[in-house]
Amino acid sequence: MSDTRQDAPVASGPEAGEGCKDCSRRKFFSQLGLGSLVLAGAGSGLFTYEYFSPNVLFEASPVVKAGKPDQFPSDSVTLDARAGIYVVNSDAGFYALGAICTHLGCLTAWKPDLDRVACPCHGSQFNRKGEKIAGPAPDPLPWYEVSLNDDGYLMVDRSNILKTPKYFKV
Amino acid sequence: MPDNIQTGLQRLRATSAWRSIFRSGAGDSNLHKAQAVQQNVFLHLFSVKVRSRVLDFGPTWYLGAFTLVTFVVLLATGILLMFYYHPSAPQAYADMKDLQFAVSSGVFLRNLHRWSAHTMVFLVFAHMFKVFYRGAYRPPRQFNWVIGVFLLLCTLLLSYTGYLLPWDQLAFWAVTVGSNIAKAVPLMGDKIRFLMLGGHEVNANALLRFYVLHCVILPLAAVVLIAVHFWRIRKDGGLYIPERKDA
Repeated sequence: MSDTRQDAPVASGPEAGEGCKDCSRRKFFSQLGLGSLVLAGAGSGLFTYEYFSPNVLFEASPVVKAGKPDQFPSDSVTLDARAGIYVVNSDAGFYALGAICTHLGCLTAWKPDLDRVACPCHGSQFNRKGEKIAGPAPDPLPWYEVSLNDDGYLMVDRSNILKTPKYFKV
Repeated sequence: MPDNIQTGLQRLRATSAWRSIFRSGAGDSNLHKAQAVQQNVFLHLFSVKVRSRVLDFGPTWYLGAFTLVTFVVLLATGILLMFYYHPSAPQAYADMKDLQFAVSSGVFLRNLHRWSAHTMVFLVFAHMFKVFYRGAYRPPRQFNWVIGVFLLLCTLLLSYTGYLLPWDQLAFWAVTVGSNIAKAVPLMGDKIRFLMLGGHEVNANALLRFYVLHCVILPLAAVVLIAVHFWRIRKDGGLYIPERKDA
């Protein structure tokens, strides 16, 4: 700072009055500096968020091949643990249920002697239509779209949750 | 013989190399002793002088010091475990089993790491209860209590991220459940879980993220916070000891 020299403009504090020539310029530059800091901060925040959100994932396709219809005996519930689904062959037709508990995501198991789906983690139970019977699960098990592909395999689309139960007749 | 060692030591402490490292130099005066503490980057976190009552078992039960000991054990054993562990699926599980059955002293180091982790969580809670019930969190030590809360968070997050690394059934389902708990955050729950796992399910990305958090980010944060925590003890007037009830 050169404010000890006589001819140099006197540095003014924030309390400088109306006669201050420099104040508006000083205010402008400090706001410019602050603004660019905020901008840089927001930019690096966005950059970080984008960087940590993967754009390409090596995860399984939501559409899975469940098997041929005659693999499933009539009136049966079959767990596909890899895909996390149940394929149910009922009198009304085929349907697929999500096998992942709606509470905290554990893989449930079919208990034929109880005629129920049961979760090992926190004890939720569902009937074979996915409706909750007991435990902390907030939602019923989801119903997924079932279709038949050209090769005669049942296909289950896990990204397509049905709002109303739909049975698939082969 | 002891005289020889003594004079040898004295000659060593007079060398320019020694004096360049330890500037306070040799000497028995209080000034020399104080400077030896003050001029050391590690020791200067602590007070030059403390009241002898502070060093008794009673005021602290040494809980904070014991917590530090478990943390140091965890650093040492953790770094050693890193030499045999690949954070990739499914190799991680095999490495963990190799550590148990094939690596010399592997099972000892792994168990020491695990038990120290459990002990550290227990000691952190015990330390906090002790501080809370003695009222040692009150001004002027309120900021150090807040640092302590962040250290508790560090400890729990270290514990949680370390839980996934064995890549066994327990690890997988614990993190499935834990990440679904994070999903319960209103509005941005799904995003938080996605960022945490680096995907929609617990797989190789999640393992790598938890590994980096467990081995780099969280320990660094803990070391920095521990340094501030210790330094604040000195700045806040030393450890808290209640007034003597003599009267």
